[in-house]
Amino acid sequence: MNAATALQPTFQPARLLLSGNEALAYAAYHSGVQLGTGYPGTPSTEMLENFAKLGGHAQWAPNEKVAFEVALGAAIAKGRTVVTMKHVGLNVAADPLFTAAYTGVAAGFVVFVADDFGMASSQNEQDTRYYAKAAGLPLLDPSDSQDAYDFFAKAIEISERWQLPIILRTTTRVSHSKSIVTLHELPPPLQPPHFVRDIPTYVMIPAYARPAHARLLKKLDEIQEWNDSSISSLQRVIPGDSSLGIIASGIAYIHAREAAPHACFLKIGMPFPLPLETIRKFVASVERCVVIEEGDPILAEAIRAAGIHVESKPPLYRLGELNVQKVRKILNYDISPDAAVPRGKPPELCPACPHRTVFSAFQSLNLIITGDIGCYTLGVLEPFGEMDTCVCMGASIGMGLGMRHVLPEDQARRVLSVIGDGTFMHSGLTGLLEMVYNPPPTGHIVLILDNGTTAMTGLQEHPGTGRTLDMHATGQVRIEDVARGIGVQNVIVFDPDPKDGEENLIKLVKEYLVKNDTTVIIVRRPCILSAKKEKEYKKVIPITEARGGCHGCG
Amino acid sequence: MVADNIINVIVAGIGGQGVLRASDIFGQVVFAAGYDVKKSEVHGMSQRGGSVVSDIRFGKQVFSPMVPPEECDYLVVLEETQIESNVHRLRPNGVLIKPDSIDLTKLRNKRSINVALLGVLSTYLPDLPEELWLSAIRNNFAEKLHQINETAFRLGKSSR
Repeated sequence: MNAATALQPTFQPARLLLSGNEALAYAAYHSGVQLGTGYPGTPSTEMLENFAKLGGHAQWAPNEKVAFEVALGAAIAKGRTVVTMKHVGLNVAADPLFTAAYTGVAAGFVVFVADDFGMASSQNEQDTRYYAKAAGLPLLDPSDSQDAYDFFAKAIEISERWQLPIILRTTTRVSHSKSIVTLHELPPPLQPPHFVRDIPTYVMIPAYARPAHARLLKKLDEIQEWNDSSISSLQRVIPGDSSLGIIASGIAYIHAREAAPHACFLKIGMPFPLPLETIRKFVASVERCVVIEEGDPILAEAIRAAGIHVESKPPLYRLGELNVQKVRKILNYDISPDAAVPRGKPPELCPACPHRTVFSAFQSLNLIITGDIGCYTLGVLEPFGEMDTCVCMGASIGMGLGMRHVLPEDQARRVLSVIGDGTFMHSGLTGLLEMVYNPPPTGHIVLILDNGTTAMTGLQEHPGTGRTLDMHATGQVRIEDVARGIGVQNVIVFDPDPKDGEENLIKLVKEYLVKNDTTVIIVRRPCILSAKKEKEYKKVIPITEARGGCHGCG
Repeated sequence: MVADNIINVIVAGIGGQGVLRASDIFGQVVFAAGYDVKKSEVHGMSQRGGSVVSDIRFGKQVFSPMVPPEECDYLVVLEETQIESNVHRLRPNGVLIKPDSIDLTKLRNKRSINVALLGVLSTYLPDLPEELWLSAIRNNFAEKLHQINETAFRLGKSSR
């Protein structure tokens, strides 16, 4: 896909049953987005994958910060861009996010972030709407797949009008639920990308950043005024019985429509900057007004801070997802705890997963294990129970080092960090630098479980696989070369063969636990789920014909 | 059958059993029949052998994509062990469709249990034409699997 064809997406009107993520992919494609980049993370992953399937130019970056920076560069070069990530990914990308609000962009730049209230597959349930306020970027909050499609187009329009990045936030049920979408013609794409030098706008030294901050505040005032006007069309009033008014956005709006079919509704499409005059008018028109929102009470607090009286939900409902029954209880002032629901079967490592060999070995080693994010986090569950910490992508290495620095020697020698290949590419490299630069007196051991894919999120490619998102051959980063290059003292590649892998790994780890060296053991065996994908890949794209060709013969 | 009412269906099973495939097929059937439809499930960790549950709701106008507690009309469970954690979602007089709803000895490929139980479901929803079921099944499988899944569907359909 080259830039010229991306400017002319084929559009055919249609009515389709789509997930929110699929709808966003269609919208990005129909909007002529020239580059999609991101990092996989539930529940955001399928957006970029579907954008690629439609023919869009999509790439997985090593992590969300890099993805954001790639997208920002493209948008400053006048390319329409989307960057995708899950809520915790935005923490990684937060550094460029805040200053991108100052620089602004020259073409539409949509930051798609999916929140995971209820933590279907996440380590926390942070609310991305805080980031909008903190960074000073407008945020759109779709309720279903049609909204996702329409709001993406709106996001491009707003981003280009005010030359600002814009956050499009979904939640799990918006991203992963399917509902009917009518596709329609979206705004015409811009002229092809080209760079115009504009030093005071894009170089954020203090002298240029001070006026940039003032510019940002002015833009936000303008957007708020626009959002309050009827032209915005992002808010909708649904008339009903004026004894009850409900202000809601996102999936909460959908649940509330079902829970209170006769109420009046103000549906908020852009929760930041908030259309306060629209809200003031709505609240005055009803007898009782309740704000229904998933996550933290951000809407309710902002409305109350403006001196408008609304009811908010009880603190209990800051936890987990909302649903129709919970909304009914909020409206009825019912604060009784929800009935306990029987738990289903928890996930586990696949029967023939190579990680099983590793965690079985750990059971014989009496270790203190600083863990990380991936399938292997399941090693904490029965039957293994072999993980002592799990915080964020890459944390295993730094946390293991910290423990080794302060613990008495007998305990320090038992500390081992375990991280997967995808997570190592994402944010393990800097941990390894720290290990070489500030080694604890007892040294340290990092086990990198290399199954050749980003397994937990659904087998995505990464810089270590040698394949791009759309399965073309590309440059491959070899973990052992990186570790040696950084200066790790011992770098060992180990095969966890089901026959004798456990026994050999126990021996190997014991051997290095007593040394005072820095050690990386790469435990390498492909994910059993990726075998089919690998076979397809080899069938479709012989390496010599793939992008870049083979340079092996010099 | 439907009028203004919403019909709530839940498909439940274990990761890898074809819960999502079954709910995709059913979603396409009711969509093709002209109903409003919403379908919702949780992805992610559940792929790794854990419980998978998918909600499908259809009717004239559907709001929430999740079936509210005790409002499920038809609960389709692909594995006996998953009945206990889902049966509380059925409404009084709701229908439980489970593996022994069909004659399992006649199911040639055990992997097509998902489609066979959709066949059972289809007998409760006679307004949905058989052709829509068959075409949705064909849309969701490679051609070489069409025959075996059609046979599984008919087995389920003839079970009551």
